[in-house]
Amino acid sequence: MGLAKGLSVTLRHMLNKSVTQQYPDVRPDLPARSRGVIALVEENCTVCMLCARECPDWCIYIDSHKETLPAPEGGRPRARNVLDRFAIDFSLCMYCGICIEVCPFDALFWSPEFEYADGDIRNLLHEKDRLAAWVQTVPPPPAHEPNAEPPKELAAASRPARPRTTAGPARTVPGGAGTAGTPSAPSEAPASPTPPEATTSTGPSTSPESSTSSGPSTSSEPRRPERRTSTRRADVRAIRPPGALPKNDIPPAGDEPVESPGGRPEDSTPVGSEPAGSPPPGPGSGPAGSGSAGSSLPGAGPAGSGSAGSPPVGSEHGDQPPSPTESSRPERPRRRTSTRFSDVRAIRPPGALPKKDTPPAENLSTEQGGVPPDEGPAEQTSATDQAEESEEEK
Amino acid sequence: MAVVLDVAVRLAVIVAAFLVLPLIAGQAEHKVMAHMQARLGPMRAGGFHGWAQLIADGVKFAQKEEIVPAAADRRVFALAPAVALIPYLVVLVVVPVGPGLVGVDLDAGLFFVLAVMGIGVLGSIMAGWASGNKYSVLGGIRSAAQLVSYELPLVLAASSVAMAAGTLSLPGIVEAWRWWWLPWQAIGAVVFFTAGLAELRRPPFDMPIAESEIIMGPMTEYTGMRFALFMLAEYAGIIVLSALTTVLFLGGWHGPFLPGPVWTLLKVAVLVFVVIWVRVSYPRLREDQLQRLAWVGLVPLALVQLALTGIVRVLAG
Repeated sequence: MGLAKGLSVTLRHMLNKSVTQQYPDVRPDLPARSRGVIALVEENCTVCMLCARECPDWCIYIDSHKETLPAPEGGRPRARNVLDRFAIDFSLCMYCGICIEVCPFDALFWSPEFEYADGDIRNLLHEKDRLAAWVQTVPPPPAHEPNAEPPKELAAASRPARPRTTAGPARTVPGGAGTAGTPSAPSEAPASPTPPEATTSTGPSTSPESSTSSGPSTSSEPRRPERRTSTRRADVRAIRPPGALPKNDIPPAGDEPVESPGGRPEDSTPVGSEPAGSPPPGPGSGPAGSGSAGSSLPGAGPAGSGSAGSPPVGSEHGDQPPSPTESSRPERPRRRTSTRFSDVRAIRPPGALPKKDTPPAENLSTEQGGVPPDEGPAEQTSATDQAEESEEEK
Repeated sequence: MAVVLDVAVRLAVIVAAFLVLPLIAGQAEHKVMAHMQARLGPMRAGGFHGWAQLIADGVKFAQKEEIVPAAADRRVFALAPAVALIPYLVVLVVVPVGPGLVGVDLDAGLFFVLAVMGIGVLGSIMAGWASGNKYSVLGGIRSAAQLVSYELPLVLAASSVAMAAGTLSLPGIVEAWRWWWLPWQAIGAVVFFTAGLAELRRPPFDMPIAESEIIMGPMTEYTGMRFALFMLAEYAGIIVLSALTTVLFLGGWHGPFLPGPVWTLLKVAVLVFVVIWVRVSYPRLREDQLQRLAWVGLVPLALVQLALTGIVRVLAG
């Protein structure tokens, strides 16, 4: 009987379909999150070295140098890290993914690409150009389930706004935009700038609710994760510095199109009335409001956003020689208005970024709101340039 | 002149079959064994499911260097593959495929077949002795022991059929065959087939070449074409064994509907499949189990079959 059983087993196997995968002829159907190779988004890397330090194998090599950006007028010079080399030795890498988990700036991603075997182990040390090439193969992140809790990025983004006591109005603004729906935001956005005024007085109580709706996050969601982070962070960072940074803020303004001097008057005229009327309430709204307004509002954005943004800063720093600072602040919001995301990046490297900021801003803006932002910045820049020149002449 | 032409054609056909059928059997073994093991087997050579795999193997073997060990008995070493292979070619000469389709109709065909098949094992013994390698010698000795043990049940089972048919001629046996011989000679068929497998040193009776203990047995030192000839001899042996079992026990070309030669080839193919099937399914017998099976199992069974055949033959008149 045992003999017959053995024969039946082999016969059954022969009649069953083989599950062999004909790999070179048929590519394997890998899950989207397969750990094939690590891709690097070089623009997002700030050389914070977290990945290299956390790597259990020490297989990430980073070289960088600091560039000191010339001091803008009235500011202090700023240092900025420039990435010279980013290499991962895949002969050492054990694909734990810690570097990707730890990267706070979304510069590293898993790619399912796996066909990079090499005959020489030394050729497995891949430099940043190769790592960047793999970015093309990174799949889009899976959508969140409809009723799931919002991702913690969103929660984190909504949180920082609360600390601002005055943030209420600001949120109301984004909330309004968010409720309206980000894509449609541009049309509604123009309406939002006015609400901040009204909300400034009434806002605070209502604002938290609106914030829970996570206006900014919703607006950012449709886009890629990177941008979301950037936008949120932008808000976050913008929020922190204000207390200590009246000086710092100024330089970036100078670094950038320096629209501030020229821009203010323009902005101030439309916006100025607002800040003057409601300087105290405005404070919190600055970043968020500016962002929402900026993205949404093409032409009108700068003014509206400026109005929203300028007051907050001023209010926070208000005691200080604020009035000038306030006037200068509106500049910041403007940048955001032109490009939310660019704001983030613009804030960090202020020294070097007039060039970079503008292009990313355009791209991002185009992605977000569409054409309008481009027009806005262009106008601003032109105006600001003129203003700068005029100031310089003065 | 016509006689010479007739003989030439028959020999040419036999040689062609001798060269083609073992390759088909080998390819079938590749694929069947693979699928029984949940694999696909060769898939690339030749493009369609690796049909040209054995041709590619042949080309590879032809390109390889033929190494003769320094301690080898060179002449015997070189002769062994031929001794292992040629007997099967000679056996094919007397195997009938259809009525009248036979190389040579010998009166003592069965006797001739059994005698010649025994020589095939001699090639294995020669190779084992001539290689100058302890593993080869061990394998050769095991081959010899296996030959001695299994030749007996093989001959007894075959003689049972000869008794039943009253002739030693293979075509005569097939012509005398009736369907009720199947149950009558069933024991003899099983014994003959099993003993034949053991003579071929096919798994699960491949103790002489057990690669896990004595490398490759008598073939350890062989490379290139000589090794290929040994492999060809193994598959030719499968064909010959299947053909003989078909002729002696399964009625050769007897069968409904289809023409005779097709029936013969069909039965041979089924038996080849069974050979492969058995190889995949069972583990290798230990040497003592191997001997025990022959002496305690097959020889008594063959004797029982012989007695049964005699009784029935006498009673039936």
